[in-house]
Amino acid sequence: MSERSYTQVGTRPVRHDGLDKVTGRANYGADFSLPGMLHGALVRSPYAHARILSIDTSAAASMPGVKAVVTGKDIAETSAKLMMGEGAIDLHDVGDNLLAHGKVLYHGHPVAAVAATSLDLAREAASRIKVEYERLAPVESVDQAIAPGAPILDDKLVTAGQPSSAPKGPTNIAGRMELRRGDLDRGFADADLIVEREFRTAATHQGYIEPHACVARHGQDGQVVVWCSTQGPFAVRDACAGILGIDASRIKVIPSEIGGGFGGKISVYLEPVAIVLSRKSGRPVKMVMTREEVFRATGPTSATKILMKLGAKRDGTLVAASASLWYEAGAYRGSPSGAGAMCCFACYNIPNFFIEAYDVLVNKPKVAAYRAPGSPMVSFAVESLLDEISRTLGFDPIEIRLKNAVKEGDRAPYGPAYGPIGFRQVLEAAQAHPHWHAELGPNEGRGLACGFWFNAGMNSSATVMLNSDGSAGVITGNPDIGGTRVAQALMVAEELGIPVERVRPTVADTDVAGYTDVTGGSRVCYATGAAVIEAARDVREQLRARAAKIWNVPVEKVGWKDGQAVPQDGAGDQKPLSVVDIAAKLSHTGGPVIGRASVNLPMAGPAFGLHICDLQVDKETGQSKVLRYTAIQDVGKAVHPSFVEGQMQGGAAQGIGWALNEEYIFNRDGVMENPGFLDYRMPVASDLPMIDTVLVEVPNPLHPYGVRGVGEVPIVPPLAAVANAMRDATGIRYTELPLSPPRVLEGLAQSD
Amino acid sequence: MDTIRVQTTINGEAVEFLCEGHETLLTALRDRVGLTGTKEGCATGDCGACSVIMSERLVPSCLVLAPEAEGRTITTIEGIANGSGLHPLQQAFLTHSALQCGVCTPGFIVAGKALLDANPNPTETEVRYWLAGNLCRCTGYDKIIRAVLDAADHMRRSQA
Repeated sequence: MSERSYTQVGTRPVRHDGLDKVTGRANYGADFSLPGMLHGALVRSPYAHARILSIDTSAAASMPGVKAVVTGKDIAETSAKLMMGEGAIDLHDVGDNLLAHGKVLYHGHPVAAVAATSLDLAREAASRIKVEYERLAPVESVDQAIAPGAPILDDKLVTAGQPSSAPKGPTNIAGRMELRRGDLDRGFADADLIVEREFRTAATHQGYIEPHACVARHGQDGQVVVWCSTQGPFAVRDACAGILGIDASRIKVIPSEIGGGFGGKISVYLEPVAIVLSRKSGRPVKMVMTREEVFRATGPTSATKILMKLGAKRDGTLVAASASLWYEAGAYRGSPSGAGAMCCFACYNIPNFFIEAYDVLVNKPKVAAYRAPGSPMVSFAVESLLDEISRTLGFDPIEIRLKNAVKEGDRAPYGPAYGPIGFRQVLEAAQAHPHWHAELGPNEGRGLACGFWFNAGMNSSATVMLNSDGSAGVITGNPDIGGTRVAQALMVAEELGIPVERVRPTVADTDVAGYTDVTGGSRVCYATGAAVIEAARDVREQLRARAAKIWNVPVEKVGWKDGQAVPQDGAGDQKPLSVVDIAAKLSHTGGPVIGRASVNLPMAGPAFGLHICDLQVDKETGQSKVLRYTAIQDVGKAVHPSFVEGQMQGGAAQGIGWALNEEYIFNRDGVMENPGFLDYRMPVASDLPMIDTVLVEVPNPLHPYGVRGVGEVPIVPPLAAVANAMRDATGIRYTELPLSPPRVLEGLAQSD
Repeated sequence: MDTIRVQTTINGEAVEFLCEGHETLLTALRDRVGLTGTKEGCATGDCGACSVIMSERLVPSCLVLAPEAEGRTITTIEGIANGSGLHPLQQAFLTHSALQCGVCTPGFIVAGKALLDANPNPTETEVRYWLAGNLCRCTGYDKIIRAVLDAADHMRRSQA
């Protein structure tokens, strides 16, 4: 890629949707209403594992004001599958998760739904639905799930992938995969130092501030309109179509502004139920979750158990590694254990390794994607062990990582060779950063850790329209979750040579936008961005043709320079024509100009991050405080640096929460005991310092500007960065998260 | 069910609405008065997305009963801007890119205004503790804190 300079990309304009968002005008999922609208409420299972014997809805259905009651029978079980997000989604499971068929698999699993003229009435009616259950013993951990004689969630479950032995009877192991390279035994035999530990991480929730919400209207003509807060309007449309057996063309999904997602607003939880309630009642139906419902029945990411072993030579070279990854899937298959396996050793060249990754059913909510799904947990393990090796062998933590770091041409553990990547530059930036060399005070420790994520490509479409005054519009189908509108406008402005303020970016519904995959996988600026640039270039080419018409020369005689059509190859000495000049003559040169593009891109080329954390630990209370934090990352190319920094700061904060406090706490019956923000403790402003960022830019050759994707990598390093800082401050190697005060105290007591 | 008539002042205008006795001010603002800028994140007073200023006091409107608004003055996010001009906090949130998804932003700006009304010259630590009742999951708070400090500075200088 040639070095190029930019006039707009890399600047920090105010986002186009900013005004609406600072004045309260922006409409989020719960802000939409329709005349005659009903309110829906769900009946949820009080047990973590039970067979449904009967459901009696008669008392609810006969209440005045109750307009529809539905159960699992109203949503037929489907065998459809859907390619979505970062893998195939089994719509059977998604459908069964909407309204249980036969068995409830976690506390909070919906079994029935009501639509009534008010929310109070709907809730009252829901409480009058009588469900008879046969209680079954719940499975609440990987250890319980794989124990001999464990209760089985799904009698028909067969282990997918590479089972460790031939299938013999019912199992809770939904999947297993392996990755290997070299000769593991020889690798460990060659090692001068072997470290091996078992790590555990708790289930954590994405924690978006906006609960799930939607309004659905099923018309008597079979046309369906859904207004909802989602990361993927097309994913919602296609999931509803598949689950309900409706033609996709009959469903229009209008995305609201979205109040956070982090992977948790890709799957459907309410929309198909609202559609069925609307079909039955003939009226629009609104459904909004409470925060408690969000905790009990959406999200979280997997709790994990990870056994990992690393072998190194005395000179710090890693020679062998093995890992056994056990990820809780929740009630249905689909944990990110496979991604965990692929990310596990992706930062380092290790000639001999073996990784096995298990996807295990437990009686907890079905896990959802959460920012770099699967990667933070393995990073916690490998970066903790690497810290241990560097301490034992007397290496500087950056030095030992530089010694083993992957570079362009090295093979990733999951197969392909890396293209241009910036991991070494990230490590060098850390070495040069003043944070790394700053003094520490008493009871303070410093930790460092690295992280890896793929960054998705997939499908995106874009339309760019030129107005007759030379301003422009750009339409895409990705809900703007963190500044993507302004990034897309910057790209159009860059290509057309017009001010970014003259570009109007729009997030359109599924009837208007071309098919576009989810806002997720760090893909919007990369893949949808590439479509936007291509569509803008389509406009530019059409403008060249219009200039040729104006000058009455062949199009080859028109060049494009600094946002203007210029004569070339002896076309004459015409005065250059700006976009404004040409736009003013659209009607006389052939009519409107609309550029369009659709792309199907491979993975972006992976990104690497490194975080440095200073932690102060109160050894009397176990309380710790992050004093200083620096996030360094290869971002490819920062289109709007403020929002790139914001992704890094936000990811770091989420990771710090995961490391220090956040966890699902279940009682023996499988009931979550902390389903609210008071007891599920996410970081607040007074918990954190400023989060310093360093943007390393190694261009990604797959994108016209080198964009690599930034959103997910920053949640990967914090778990180990915090734990390594805790080790530095206390001398204790904690291997289980979160490092909440009771756990820290326990460790300190044991070490005395 | 019996409804209660509430007469109150919202964003400087006299407003009258009917509500039920158990209804929260948050629900009344959103569903009765049509001011949906105030958001529900938790309904338990833990996230601050529903922050409003009621008679000079910052409150989570999810923990205030709607009838308690009787005779009070209430400022919501819709009342922060002054006519056609933005409040310095709103401007600072825009120029600092202090929002990503934006759903917590109304609560932060209302809470920030209550802070600057009470303390026009806060330290970073004071801003962090004042805003500790407002959850943001996107930004890590860095740019929010900078925006509030910058707005405070701007307001002090424009008054000097």
